[in-house]
Amino acid sequence: MPGILKYILLISMSAVIILVWIMDPPQSTLGDISRIFYFHVPSAWVAVLAFAVGMFNSIGYLRKREMKFDIRAAASAELGLMFCILATVSGAFFAKKAWGTYWNWDPRQTSIFVLMLIYGAYLALRSAIDSEERRAALSAVYSILAFITVPFLIFVVPRIYDSLHPSNTVVNAGGKIQMPPPILTVFLVSLVCFTIIFFWLYGLQSKINIYLRNKKRAV
Amino acid sequence: METQNNRRNTKMNFELRASDISKSFECLPVLKNITFEVSAGEGLIITGANGSGKSTLIRILSGLNRPTSGEVIFSADGNIVHREDRRLYYSLVSPDMQFYEELSARENMIFFIRIRGMQSPDIEMNEVLGRYGLQGRGNDLVKSYSSGMKQRLKYVVALLSKPEVLFLDEPTSNLDEAGLELVDAICEEQKKRGILVVATNDKRDFKYGEKIIRLSGRGSRSTD
Amino acid sequence: MVKKSSGFLAGAAAVLIKDITSEFRTRYAINALVMFSLVTLTVVSIAIGRSNLNYDLAAAFLWVIIFFSAISGLGQSFIKEEEARTIYALRLYANPLAVFAGKFIFNSLLLLFLELIFVPLFFILLAVECGNILLLFLVILLGSLGLTGATTIIAAIIAKASVKGALFAVLSFPILLPLLVAAIGATEIAFSGGVFADAVRDLKLLVSYPVIMMTASTFLFEFIWNE
Repeated sequence: MPGILKYILLISMSAVIILVWIMDPPQSTLGDISRIFYFHVPSAWVAVLAFAVGMFNSIGYLRKREMKFDIRAAASAELGLMFCILATVSGAFFAKKAWGTYWNWDPRQTSIFVLMLIYGAYLALRSAIDSEERRAALSAVYSILAFITVPFLIFVVPRIYDSLHPSNTVVNAGGKIQMPPPILTVFLVSLVCFTIIFFWLYGLQSKINIYLRNKKRAV
Repeated sequence: METQNNRRNTKMNFELRASDISKSFECLPVLKNITFEVSAGEGLIITGANGSGKSTLIRILSGLNRPTSGEVIFSADGNIVHREDRRLYYSLVSPDMQFYEELSARENMIFFIRIRGMQSPDIEMNEVLGRYGLQGRGNDLVKSYSSGMKQRLKYVVALLSKPEVLFLDEPTSNLDEAGLELVDAICEEQKKRGILVVATNDKRDFKYGEKIIRLSGRGSRSTD
Repeated sequence: MVKKSSGFLAGAAAVLIKDITSEFRTRYAINALVMFSLVTLTVVSIAIGRSNLNYDLAAAFLWVIIFFSAISGLGQSFIKEEEARTIYALRLYANPLAVFAGKFIFNSLLLLFLELIFVPLFFILLAVECGNILLLFLVILLGSLGLTGATTIIAAIIAKASVKGALFAVLSFPILLPLLVAAIGATEIAFSGGVFADAVRDLKLLVSYPVIMMTASTFLFEFIWNE
């Protein structure tokens, strides 16, 4: 990652962290706990983004048969799982405070939980295959297969239970953005920062995986 | 029928060409830069110590494994045959390949005829089995076969399709004297029809081919 | 003479007939399926005693048992070929899609045969009543096709893994979750005597799921097969 971007990230992320604490909480009724929104939503977004990145790399591997795609797919799944856990845990704390219980099978909780299961299954499959090429091809197929089920999930999940999520936080039912401009600005900056952090970590993790692979090769 | 025979008789030129094939398992090189070509009427012998990659090379040539680099091209009269269509030309006899033990020899034969999309089996199965020394055993389950009989059955199934390319991995394993003569005849006939590729360590089998590839395990090779 | 690849249907039929013949002689899969469902059903039945099950609970039990029975039996389809080393001949000689189609039909028939035994027993042992048998019949048929549509390709993946263990259930569950939720929903409607119009939402998913899975499988299967 270019050095200048790192400084921009440092400054803007620090600004977000400071602003989150000095501004009014995004939802006055819920109070301080609703400040989690600035970190929780971007984490969930990155978890989903990593899933898409993983699928594109999987398709890339099956088309080109180059190991770098598999290494990247693995890196994005590892990070995706991490952000998935961050989003789930931070969400559970919020849920306890706002709705009284840690877990409610709220549609978005359900979705993120299934995403976590998919990441878990994907990584379990990877560790169960010895041969490198075989691992790459089979896990690529599985990740595409899992991606295909996502539309069904979106279709089926919302009616398990009604949503408890604050529905008008980012986008309201009509699709219009409904947030006071300062809150929206900080939120969007945080979202962009998280996205950049993800791609930075993703690049580093890919490098680490390549290094480990070469080390294994040398032995 | 006659036209078909005529077409068979007007000899086509088949060619199997391997260019610069390398294969490594988990970063461990097994085959390195193997290059050769065989055409119809020729036999190729692949030999080398245990673990030198004979079976791996056979699998790559027959399309069961992908090489790490390099490619295998099979062409009929100069036209490259697609990967998906190669299965119609190839047959393989190998220790890796087993039959369905809970089915009879006859059921195995019918199964392989059908999955290869061949026309109705107009052959007299008992007669075919008899020719390979398995007379009267067609309805027995393969489970009850000895290893030598299983080896004979592999030849029966491989030759049902009159393949243009016949791959043999350890062709004479488990066979008795009569079985060896049978393999001699099969190899002679195969070279009249097309290409023969044999992977073996048995010096006796070297007579099946004119070209020879010696694999030395660490990747290098010599051809003559 | 240029040979052309052909005989998809003949190949699929050959694989199906071969698998049925093998299954009749060895009864590997059907024993696992039937015994698993009977054991689970017995446990559930004893546990609830004489109390009546709610429709939603009964529907959930029905599909949970079908799901795990399927997991216990259907994985064999490709593992057996791999372990008996018959896979090489199949890979060398067969059209991959014909193999997939044959295995898919075989697995579907196997699961439907299991349900033929299991579902009546379910009604007898758990004393559940069904208000709309026709709807239940349709839901079970579609749900089973979806179940085998997804598990057949996953079984092909598992067969290539060196450690199999519980992997089949782990990989299948997230992918089958939407199907199971819809099937349970529609079954609940059938139990409570609802009409087809009530279940349209679920039925749409139950129809489109197997179709999408089959389409995806035709694209993806060869990548697994050639490994």
